[in-house]
Amino acid sequence: MTGLLILPGVMRDLVSAPGLAVLVPLVTAAGLGFVTNFRLAAWINGGAATLVFLLACALPWQPMAGLLLVDPLAAHMAILTSFVGMTSAWFSLGTIAVKAGAGRLDGWARRAYHALFQAYLGFLLLALLSNNVALTWGSIEAAAMASVVVVALPRTASAVEAASKQFILCGVGLSLAFFGTTLLYLAAVPALGSGLPAMSWSRLPAAAPQFHAAMLNLAFVFLLLGYGTKAALAPLHAWMASACAEGPTPISALLSGPILNVALFVILRLRGLLDVNLGAIAPGPPIMALGLASVLLAAFSLWRQGDVKRFFAFSIIGQSGVAAFAFGLGGAAATFAGLLHLTLHTLTHAAIFQCVGRAVQLKGGQRITDIGGLLVHHRALGLTLAVGIVALAGLPPFGLFTSEFLILSETVRRLPWVVLPLALGLVVGGWALAMRLISLCLGPPTPDRGPAPGLFALVPAWVHLAAVLVLGLAMPGPVAAWLMAIAEAAR
Amino acid sequence: MGPSLGFDAVSHHLADLLDGAMLVLSFALLFQRRLTAVINIVAMQAWVLATATGWQGWLQRSPELDVTGLIVLGAAGVAIPIALHRMVRRLQIHQAVETALGIFPSMAVGVALVALAVLVVLPTATDGHLLTREDLALALSVVLLGQLMMITRRTALAQVAGFLSIGNGLLLAAVSVRGMPLVMASSIVVLMLGGALVSGVFFCRIRERFDRPDEAPR
Repeated sequence: MTGLLILPGVMRDLVSAPGLAVLVPLVTAAGLGFVTNFRLAAWINGGAATLVFLLACALPWQPMAGLLLVDPLAAHMAILTSFVGMTSAWFSLGTIAVKAGAGRLDGWARRAYHALFQAYLGFLLLALLSNNVALTWGSIEAAAMASVVVVALPRTASAVEAASKQFILCGVGLSLAFFGTTLLYLAAVPALGSGLPAMSWSRLPAAAPQFHAAMLNLAFVFLLLGYGTKAALAPLHAWMASACAEGPTPISALLSGPILNVALFVILRLRGLLDVNLGAIAPGPPIMALGLASVLLAAFSLWRQGDVKRFFAFSIIGQSGVAAFAFGLGGAAATFAGLLHLTLHTLTHAAIFQCVGRAVQLKGGQRITDIGGLLVHHRALGLTLAVGIVALAGLPPFGLFTSEFLILSETVRRLPWVVLPLALGLVVGGWALAMRLISLCLGPPTPDRGPAPGLFALVPAWVHLAAVLVLGLAMPGPVAAWLMAIAEAAR
Repeated sequence: MGPSLGFDAVSHHLADLLDGAMLVLSFALLFQRRLTAVINIVAMQAWVLATATGWQGWLQRSPELDVTGLIVLGAAGVAIPIALHRMVRRLQIHQAVETALGIFPSMAVGVALVALAVLVVLPTATDGHLLTREDLALALSVVLLGQLMMITRRTALAQVAGFLSIGNGLLLAAVSVRGMPLVMASSIVVLMLGGALVSGVFFCRIRERFDRPDEAPR
């Protein structure tokens, strides 16, 4: 009976912009499973991803707290995810055709690829916009499963091994998160009573001061470990490098930030709940510790990587760690810097993976020794990759300089002694990136073994890097105000 | 929960008994050395879970839990074990389970994990009507022992069994909480994950046996 009463509300939520932003990719995924023409499927994939981005752009004007929860934080993350989804879909149009032409994807895999791409995107958006803790968990789980299958699609021994590693580690991590979800519900019941309200993201923050504190602490531990695995925070990061290295490049671009961001988004929401509960532990220090461990681990691991995609996967782990550190530090300024950092590194990494994908196809291998001197014969590709690496190293005039500077200055102000390991990690990581910039772009050129990318193929990367540049040099007032409002609400 | 001879106490003790049986089966998983026995024990654990779910469904007058119990029974208790047995037979997988840790150390670590689960759960005294600390400690123990199984076994199928056991522990926690929403949907997701893992291992094994993977440059 209750189900019938809430049905009109559910329908209204589903046909709104947020509902359609989730439904379009999921329905497209189901449809693409039946499209046998590979080219047509690639175009449908690109078209659907663009439509999803346009729908996501409408989210800030459609706040909602029913079946879906659209607040500024969720809207921001959804716009970012769908933007990377859109550019990766268009980028994938060319790369996947080359892969299919080279016989690395057979008939079934070609059909599954585009369907899984849309399913992955759809579940990521559902995780961000869902107003239910368990549904968020289920969506992240489903997105993780879709990404596991995509990583295994080339079906080489190493791809299957990477997929199984990702499945086992993320499966165990997410099972801890499920246990944490049950505990969070138990913690919320004394304040909100049995039933759906005790699982609803929109109701939890206001009632959090009355939560059962000991249960909330226990839930936090499980949720942090569970979603920390998905956010690739050290020491739970082991799946990330192999998955990025073995999966098709457009998926690496999409893996490179969005799924980590979704997990960090849940951790950020969770931090808000513990902050207002007087009996709960302080959530900041554990999040900061995991973030700092990731920054340091990534900085030193970067020096030992011989595979270019694995190299940048470690760079993602490090940058994701910087954002987690800022979220752990807390306060409006650090949360603002963390959000800015998360946004910019996601855009930069996606651009870099697009360039790296082209370079790997051009040089016929993904060992760093296979790719060298890109600037000599392929000026546009080499220059784009060089600009991306400079941005990632946190050098001005790019936006990551601004966000890292903000995080460091906020750390100096509040926890001066922690700034030493953080700065060490950033400097060592930046140095490793500079060394790779020299070998990949400036060193002696290696022979070409594949097709050279046209200028059109680099357009998505340029769009990303232009956004990173603009946000660093002259962030538009409304964007700054928007991010500040989110940080104020989430601190 | 003081000693009493009332129906509530009996029903509560029966629920505890079923939860305890799941924990005993988790320990049984740790000392089994043959793959067939490991699969059988995971199946038995799923049957106990289905019974516990059905019992909770009857206690809470919740048809959703009854249906969940049937789904658990059908998927984790029947379909997945049959698939695993067929896989062992068809692919002639070696029966011995390779371990990274001997029986005695595994059991000792297992006991330590159960103690840890109890210690972790002790401070969380909640309203007894919702879920008792014992239920939570038992479910957490099953989850931790499943993880121990995954870490200490080198055979892929034994790791799958560990994963399925973790799923059983998670669902035990979810069904033991009175009035927990979306139990059925969550259990379907957990079971689908188990099913996906089983089919993934199956296809990889098939490929390993019949089809050497090519190592073309990417």
